[in-house]
Amino acid sequence: MKFTLSWLKHHLDTDASLEDILYALTDLGLEVEDVVNPLDKLKDFTVAYVKEAEKHPDADKLRVCQVETDDGVQQIICGAPNARAGIRVVLCKPGMYVPGIDTTIGVGKIRGVESFGMMASERELELSDEHDGIIELSGEPAVGSKFVDWLAANQPEKIDPVIEIAITPNRPDALGVRGIARDLAARGLGTLKPVPTPEINGSFASPVSVSIDDDTLSGCPVFYGRLIKGVKNGPSPAWLQSLLKAVGLRPISMLVDVTNFFTMDQNRPLHVFDADKVAGNLRVHRARGGEKITALDDKEYSLSAGMMVISDDNGPESIAGIMGGAETGCTEDTVNVFVESAYWTPVEIAKTGRKLKINSDARYRFERGVDPAFTPDGLDHAVKMILDHCGGEASEVVVAGAVPDVSRQYKLDTDRVQSLVGMEIPAETQVTTLQALGFEVDGDQVTPPTWRPDVLGSADLVEEVARIASLTKLEPKPMRRAVGVQKPILTPMQKREVLARRTVAALGYNECVTYSFIDKASAELFGGGSDAVMLGNPISADLSHMRPSLLPGLLAAAARNQARGIADMALFEVGPVFHGGEPEEQEVLATGLLVGHTGPRDPFGARRAVDTYDAKADAEAVLSAIGAPDKLMVLRGANNWWHPGRSGKLSLGPKNVLAGFGEIHPKVLNAMGVKGPAVAFAVHIAKPPFPKKKGTTRTALSFSDLQAVDRDFAFVVDEKVEVLTLLNAAKGADKVLISDASVFDLFSGAKAEAQMGEGKKSVAITVRLQPKDATLTDKDIEAVSAKIIEKVGKATGGVLRG
Amino acid sequence: MDGLDAVKAKYLGGIAEAADDSALEELRLAAVGKKGEVSLKMRELGKMTPEERQVAGPALNALKNEINTALAAKKEALEDAALNERLQAEWIDVSLSGRPRREGTIHPVSQVTEEITAIFADLGFSVAEGPQIESDWYNFDALNIAPEHPARQEHDTFYMHREESDGRPPHVLRTHTSPVQIRHMEKHGVPCRIIAPGRVYRADYDQTHTPMFHQIEGLAIDKDISMANLKWVLEEFFAAFFDLDGIKTRFRASHFPFTEPSAEVDIQCSWVDGQLRIGEGDGWMEVLGSGMVHPHVLRSAGVDPDQWQGFAFGMGIDRLAMLKYGIPDLRAFFDSDLRWLRHYGFSCLDQPSIHAGVNR
Repeated sequence: MKFTLSWLKHHLDTDASLEDILYALTDLGLEVEDVVNPLDKLKDFTVAYVKEAEKHPDADKLRVCQVETDDGVQQIICGAPNARAGIRVVLCKPGMYVPGIDTTIGVGKIRGVESFGMMASERELELSDEHDGIIELSGEPAVGSKFVDWLAANQPEKIDPVIEIAITPNRPDALGVRGIARDLAARGLGTLKPVPTPEINGSFASPVSVSIDDDTLSGCPVFYGRLIKGVKNGPSPAWLQSLLKAVGLRPISMLVDVTNFFTMDQNRPLHVFDADKVAGNLRVHRARGGEKITALDDKEYSLSAGMMVISDDNGPESIAGIMGGAETGCTEDTVNVFVESAYWTPVEIAKTGRKLKINSDARYRFERGVDPAFTPDGLDHAVKMILDHCGGEASEVVVAGAVPDVSRQYKLDTDRVQSLVGMEIPAETQVTTLQALGFEVDGDQVTPPTWRPDVLGSADLVEEVARIASLTKLEPKPMRRAVGVQKPILTPMQKREVLARRTVAALGYNECVTYSFIDKASAELFGGGSDAVMLGNPISADLSHMRPSLLPGLLAAAARNQARGIADMALFEVGPVFHGGEPEEQEVLATGLLVGHTGPRDPFGARRAVDTYDAKADAEAVLSAIGAPDKLMVLRGANNWWHPGRSGKLSLGPKNVLAGFGEIHPKVLNAMGVKGPAVAFAVHIAKPPFPKKKGTTRTALSFSDLQAVDRDFAFVVDEKVEVLTLLNAAKGADKVLISDASVFDLFSGAKAEAQMGEGKKSVAITVRLQPKDATLTDKDIEAVSAKIIEKVGKATGGVLRG
Repeated sequence: MDGLDAVKAKYLGGIAEAADDSALEELRLAAVGKKGEVSLKMRELGKMTPEERQVAGPALNALKNEINTALAAKKEALEDAALNERLQAEWIDVSLSGRPRREGTIHPVSQVTEEITAIFADLGFSVAEGPQIESDWYNFDALNIAPEHPARQEHDTFYMHREESDGRPPHVLRTHTSPVQIRHMEKHGVPCRIIAPGRVYRADYDQTHTPMFHQIEGLAIDKDISMANLKWVLEEFFAAFFDLDGIKTRFRASHFPFTEPSAEVDIQCSWVDGQLRIGEGDGWMEVLGSGMVHPHVLRSAGVDPDQWQGFAFGMGIDRLAMLKYGIPDLRAFFDSDLRWLRHYGFSCLDQPSIHAGVNR
């Protein structure tokens, strides 16, 4: 909302400085967003007097002027046709900045003659577009006096500061300058000037009448109008044009400018019909659907059933409360004008406006709430202004419907104000504050004014009182806090999320935060992309579906980094994925992605391509950190975005998958534009069961003092035998004695097959025997070894390698 | 027992001059080996008279000890010399880089969220969470934003697709963390003190906006909590968060449908040579919106507004991170540029806490 200081002073009698007014506005909740004060750029310019003006010896169009200034007589060369002796001018001294030409004036020589400054035109000072000559000041301002003082006395509108404030949706009254003035008056920055409604005596009955359909009264409770005949439309007066221009509106013609003026002045949108173009009478009704209308913005709109329109015998002539129609709009030639002042209810205007995508000043105001009680007065203010400037004769008032009764009462609890705000505001002050804002106070019952549709309860009264009293004055007051040591506040799951995140980072991954929505194709690669997780109004096609996995975001990040020349990386994210479109279908995952090599090239030979076992180890590290059980099943058959042979699942039972890991499927990698190798893991961090008991005691540690014995075995097995089967078989040979078994060598591939036969590989394992009661004898060891060989043979078909 | 001095001189001299282990061994065998000169002399002790033995025994033992000691000392000296020679040869280029090791980082959003959590935990606030796909009732209606309220339009809401056969209004991506207020009070009742950090979404993308960002909600409900308490809590928070004692806030009246009265809160700052400095000067910068919880909101959550009152606030985590750590561009937060992640990221072991501080 833009307005000028003089416009404000039209409603507010005040001596307050601009600075005080700006501070108060922001403090009152009418946040100042911008102030343009022409005084700032003009304050240094002074008045000078041209004593002599001679033709330049070397240029026909230039004059050498002797100018009387506050620094004595100066010589200035000037090319303006009106530069002549005897005029008073605006002086720009050397060193001064001239805004209109974005230049700092210097001393110069023009065709061999020295010039000490410049005499300014209106355009050079950004006062207007006028540049036919230099400014000639009327009257006899003293040489050396300030130009802005002359402007203040002669053309005050040229130095009228323009203020722009942000209006929160609850304050439609502040969409009129008068509402802003009322707030400032309540704060004590002056008094609100009365603006009496003019008395207009209609001399004839309007030939155009208005009716409202019964089913439309809910959206248009009341419609007032008058017809003025014999007007002479034309440009509006200079003061009105300059006001409208100052707030960013284009003056059109007096009839139109009047409606714009009252829209801004008192938050009272109006509409003017050229009565000669109206066929028959006006009828407010709901569209059947499919009607077309060309509005004042020259665009054609198709109306939906139920939208409110104003029609005449020819059909729709105005999109009610939003924008008039081009057909019956006023022009310079309009002689008979019908002025509309109606009250349209906010919800209906908001719906229609949004559907038709029309953003007009009228819609903006009606959907926030215009004062219904001001409907007839607003009409007469406008009619009076038209009569004053365009002449003509006004009809009697035409009325349809009735001004709706919006009166309501709320209780003012002055103690509650103190308790909620925590500020001492005397009860009397609270009452006078509300009265200054137009509320009627009767005991503890308060009636809000008709222009405050936002006030809907006692809490709103508290806000008004606090706002006017100024929240800046609020003094901080300590809040009670627990005595003694603070209790920890994170839930087990919240702790788990932090632990998972910091564990993955400790494993050398860089944390990313990527968008929760991705493109459909990427979502589909990872089992998502259904309509259930689709956005109705995505900001772009790249961000259209809620992600089913963190991998697409990380892969896209990897592709971007590869494009920047980084080949090796470890990226991770801990964040939500969405299995469906309902609130409860959200899950937190911890996902890591390794791309390229384990590190940069080095002289140690330490660098190698990342592989599935890196991802598996990291998945296990995360699971271990968040307290998942040690012994997990390792299953094949992971989802199809993984490499089918090089991926797996870590699972607690066959159904409860805690993590997936492996190489990303080459096709997926290709689709995501990532150069491999790329391996990843995804941990479902909420899935491992949370410990049930609360104690901190660990299970007792038991170990034997007897020497453990390690025995190595190499088995030849089929290529597809999984080592876990082999190890479990070995461990099962003696559950008491065998404390551990692990693989220390694998020999497979062509060379191995050449030695051991087609489809065979060798797996070398080491088994640790830990006696508990007595040192092992060779016989004991041999017995166990034999059992191990037997068990492994049974489970895998493996035989000892010869 | 004559001649012992000569024997001693012979062997000690020999040991001193021995060049290597084998020469030393030869000397050992010749002197104290089974058939060594000293050993043979010791065997003769048996043939002596007790008187003679009393003199010769100790002398021979002393000689044997002396030779053994000299042998051991010479052996160690020879080893040391050999080791020194080897070590001299074992030179490597220590200017070579160590073995490469990956270094992980924590994203500023995560770090700052933990910083904020640590501070509010000390003030007795726990952490609440809620879903990001949210029903329009939780996101709007319950928070006193009626369907046609202009504030709904100003939220730039993302709506989820809704099948026509499904009569319900479409769900939204939560536009703020405020719905967590309702969900928390519904489930846990009052009194309460919570913060709710998390992702929020608005259909806006330009220099300073991203369609997803992070907010933290605060809510404190009790019998007598006032706006003055809110001011205290926020000033305590900012002092701890920016590590600046006595940082000032300014409350400006504003409007949010879910609070009444409402205030926008500015923190004290100054701009020196284009550089922002928090906590000094007479400038103000808007950092959050806040107010006393609207009775409608309490009622939506099943709380009696005649019995209970309190404050709520919401601020941007990304923005706080930018202000605190001088990070210039919001959009870069979500771009995952490794150079950015490494530069602005935090060590995984650098976990914020009240006792160790929340400033890095």
